[in-house]
Amino acid sequence: MSNLNSLAFFWPELLLSVTILVAIIADLIYVKKDSFKVAFWSLGGMFLTYIAIRIQSVEPTSLFMDTVAHDPFSQFFKILILISTAVVMLMSLVSAELKKYRIGEYFTIMTIMTFGLFLMSSSIDILMVYLSIEIVSIMSFFLAGYLKRNSLSNEASLKYVIYGAFSSGIMLYGLSILFGLTGTTKFFEMQKAISMLGPDSNVALILSAVFILVGFGYKISAVPFHFWTPDVYEGSPATITAYLSIAPKAAGFALMLRFFNQVFGTMPENASASWSAINGLPWPELIAVLSAATMTLGNLVAIQQSSVKRMLAYSSIAHAGYMMMALPMMSNSSIEGIMMYLTMYLFMNLGAFFVVIYVNDQIGGEEFSSFDGLGWKMPYVAIPMTLFMVALTGLPPTAGFVGKFYIFAAVIESGSKFYWLAFVGAINSVISLYYYIRVVKHMYLLGERSDEFINPSSKLVLGILLVLAVPSFVLGWYFSPVAEWISKSTVMFQGL
Amino acid sequence: MDHLLSWIIWLPVIGMGVIAFIPRDKSSLIKQAAALVSGIQLLLAIYLWSVFDASNGNLQFMERAEWIPSFNITYILGVDGLSLPMVFLMALIGFIGIFVSWNITNAVKGYFSLFLLLNTGVMGVFLALDFFLFYIFWEVMLLPMYFLIGMWGGPQREYAAIKFFLYTLAGSVLMLIAILALYFTCGNTFDMLLLMERAPVALDGMLWWGMSAIKVIWVLLFIGFAIKVPVFPFHTWLPLAHVEAPTAISVILAGVLLKLGVYGMLRINYTMLPDGVFWFAGALAVLGLINVIWGAMCALAQKDLKKLVAYSSVNHMGYTLLGMAAVIAASEMNGSNLISAQAGVGGAVFQMFNHGTISAMLFILVGVIYDRAHHRDIEGFGGLATQMPIYTAFVAIAFFAGLGLPGFSGFVSEAMIFIGAFPVFRTVVIISTLGILLNAAYFLWAFQRMFFGPANEKYNEIPEINRREVLTLLPLAIITLILGVYPRPFLDLIASTLNVLIESVVMYGGLAQGF
Repeated sequence: MSNLNSLAFFWPELLLSVTILVAIIADLIYVKKDSFKVAFWSLGGMFLTYIAIRIQSVEPTSLFMDTVAHDPFSQFFKILILISTAVVMLMSLVSAELKKYRIGEYFTIMTIMTFGLFLMSSSIDILMVYLSIEIVSIMSFFLAGYLKRNSLSNEASLKYVIYGAFSSGIMLYGLSILFGLTGTTKFFEMQKAISMLGPDSNVALILSAVFILVGFGYKISAVPFHFWTPDVYEGSPATITAYLSIAPKAAGFALMLRFFNQVFGTMPENASASWSAINGLPWPELIAVLSAATMTLGNLVAIQQSSVKRMLAYSSIAHAGYMMMALPMMSNSSIEGIMMYLTMYLFMNLGAFFVVIYVNDQIGGEEFSSFDGLGWKMPYVAIPMTLFMVALTGLPPTAGFVGKFYIFAAVIESGSKFYWLAFVGAINSVISLYYYIRVVKHMYLLGERSDEFINPSSKLVLGILLVLAVPSFVLGWYFSPVAEWISKSTVMFQGL
Repeated sequence: MDHLLSWIIWLPVIGMGVIAFIPRDKSSLIKQAAALVSGIQLLLAIYLWSVFDASNGNLQFMERAEWIPSFNITYILGVDGLSLPMVFLMALIGFIGIFVSWNITNAVKGYFSLFLLLNTGVMGVFLALDFFLFYIFWEVMLLPMYFLIGMWGGPQREYAAIKFFLYTLAGSVLMLIAILALYFTCGNTFDMLLLMERAPVALDGMLWWGMSAIKVIWVLLFIGFAIKVPVFPFHTWLPLAHVEAPTAISVILAGVLLKLGVYGMLRINYTMLPDGVFWFAGALAVLGLINVIWGAMCALAQKDLKKLVAYSSVNHMGYTLLGMAAVIAASEMNGSNLISAQAGVGGAVFQMFNHGTISAMLFILVGVIYDRAHHRDIEGFGGLATQMPIYTAFVAIAFFAGLGLPGFSGFVSEAMIFIGAFPVFRTVVIISTLGILLNAAYFLWAFQRMFFGPANEKYNEIPEINRREVLTLLPLAIITLILGVYPRPFLDLIASTLNVLIESVVMYGGLAQGF
């Protein structure tokens, strides 16, 4: 579709761009203590964007001369990204650590990042892929270092920049090899060109695939590209940690699913591709091993942490591993599984991070011991936190179980070849119980029972807890609507 | 009455909702509400028993509702002769448990809410006929149990609670894999009735990694259930959890929760994987034997009365396994000995019920003495018979029932198990009768040390067992005595269902050999 015609389908992104401009201008007008009001402009713009997405057609098509796809698949991820951004913005309004700074541009940058994530989940051209990844990365560097008088935050930002630059450099190299082999930047033309390549270019193809995997692996923090995660997650403002653990990961998975399906897969009608386009590398097995390593390492290190925030950082690596379990299958149900997991993970993980933020503000400290006796002091926090921990472990009847159930189902459906992976995943869930339930132990089992009662600092706190806790519980036993939505959303744009 | 089974399952959750609205300082009102809800549940269970058609071996009072169509998940409930005794047992012990925990003072609201939630979880497992639903209820039990042990338990409660949680979860995730494997190999269904029809055919001859699919699924499910029973190498969580748990929770744990494992094996392994039964029966009998001997030996070595009772559970559940294994007597190659199979499996189910009532009594009695003396050291007492005569009488009843004295229900079920298993597992049965001897030894020796001999001066003023405690014990003692001399009503209740079960095991399991 030509550029001008494409604009008619680009409403959500255009609205988001206008929101960014409005936020920048609003930030110029407000004085420092009022600068948080930029959040309302951003939230309002994002609400309009959401409506724009919902009233758009679901007919798959491509925009801007085949660089951006417009399909239910990307719409699903856009909505996920919008929900997580909106919740994190609300969380940021509560968070005390941000109150010391002028906060207007914080919200502006988050909105720009949302724009980048939108493009990431819908790009079908390697230039657009790189561009969108860079938009997201650079905005993340800013946000990670937002606490500029805090040395940990500075360290986080610098580490993030170095790792990010390094991995996107490698990825770019992989993409350029791919361009050299195929002579095009568009996913579908690449796929056709790859299928016609002779065996002598196989080495170059494998090399480029591995390099590209490095870039994606970095984005979803898969082992062995995870080294940045704990330090960045610990140093960043907790709100941004929560955001980084959800939104870029969701977009990263979207990009990865689309790229591997459409470039390296032998793409038939619907999304059930195989990996046969690359010979000479046991590709599904490789990803399966990476997935097993990711969740095992994430879990084993999470056990040893004494800070809840750092524990959640490592556990988010483990969760990336669970989601990767479904990648090697490349079936429709594995895509559904990852989408379902991300949806459930959004609520429970944001909830867990929000509790950490709130407890840090009220009690001071992110250690396990700061949670001692919370069950008596702040039951309105402790009960949702118990729910979030149980959900992250994956116990029914909570949302986390449904996510795991879908992932396991995708693995087992593909036949006995990957049963070992399901075992590794199952054992890892048991390991994760140990550190998640430790939070519950500190809240209820340890610490003197006192009659001290800390009132919630604002209604907004209760509101956010409710918004995250209710889906974490209800979606655990009634997920039909979500399941239907997801099964409609696996439709990707399939080329011309 | 419509939706009787749903009412039985969800009534405690309604009770939880009611308790949530009672202010936390009105603790007696909370207890009364919990007692009322459990009481109604018990009445419903008795009503269910009275309208249940014992001559029909199939599932009755079926309920079916759409739940998650995209994954073929349905809300299916039903009751038969296998689950009905367990439902009654849970309702009874749940009701008694409320009164056993009457003197809980710490966080009363939380305690009784979790107690009721546990009740729902257990009832759900016994009545669910959709594998997904079954799994959800199976897991719903874990969290309340964790809190009940961890918050109201003894000095090592945190360790005991997490150990219980980790062990059971490890078992149940393996079960989840088996459930999904069954789902995808048997035509995308979680409906247990359909799986019973399809699984033996669909899995026949299927190989995974060079192993028979039937064996793989059998072992996965077995480990999940064996941890709950607990079968020998997986039993180490049990003594700890029992000792640290508050009295009422020990009662529920021993009385009902251990049965879930055996129930699961009979309901799922036996019906869906009959070939596996033949493959595994020998191992099952040997594991049962190990449980019997190991549990008894450990019990003999204990100085803590509660630990002794806990190990006696390991010992008693061993007999059930032995009885279950006897089902293969009915197959052709074992001489179509239907009577043996009926006696063995019937004895196993009867033993489950009897152990439920007897171990509940034992734990309540341990709780009674602990409340007064604040320790459970067997050696620390002596001559209690003169100081607490009524208590002594009750302990005597419970101990004698526990060691399988004729006249008590435990004797009937153990005898049935031995009779049933003897034709097929001769050596195992002969060795396991030794367990009976050890069984008598540890109970009688403990009885002698605690109640006879010179009285311990310290406990001259010890208060006698009170009326509330007697009332919690009385129904259990009466059931034990009546079923000891007249077990017929119970055996009639389960007979037709077990015949259907045995037939289906033999019908499929006899066919394929060396699969």
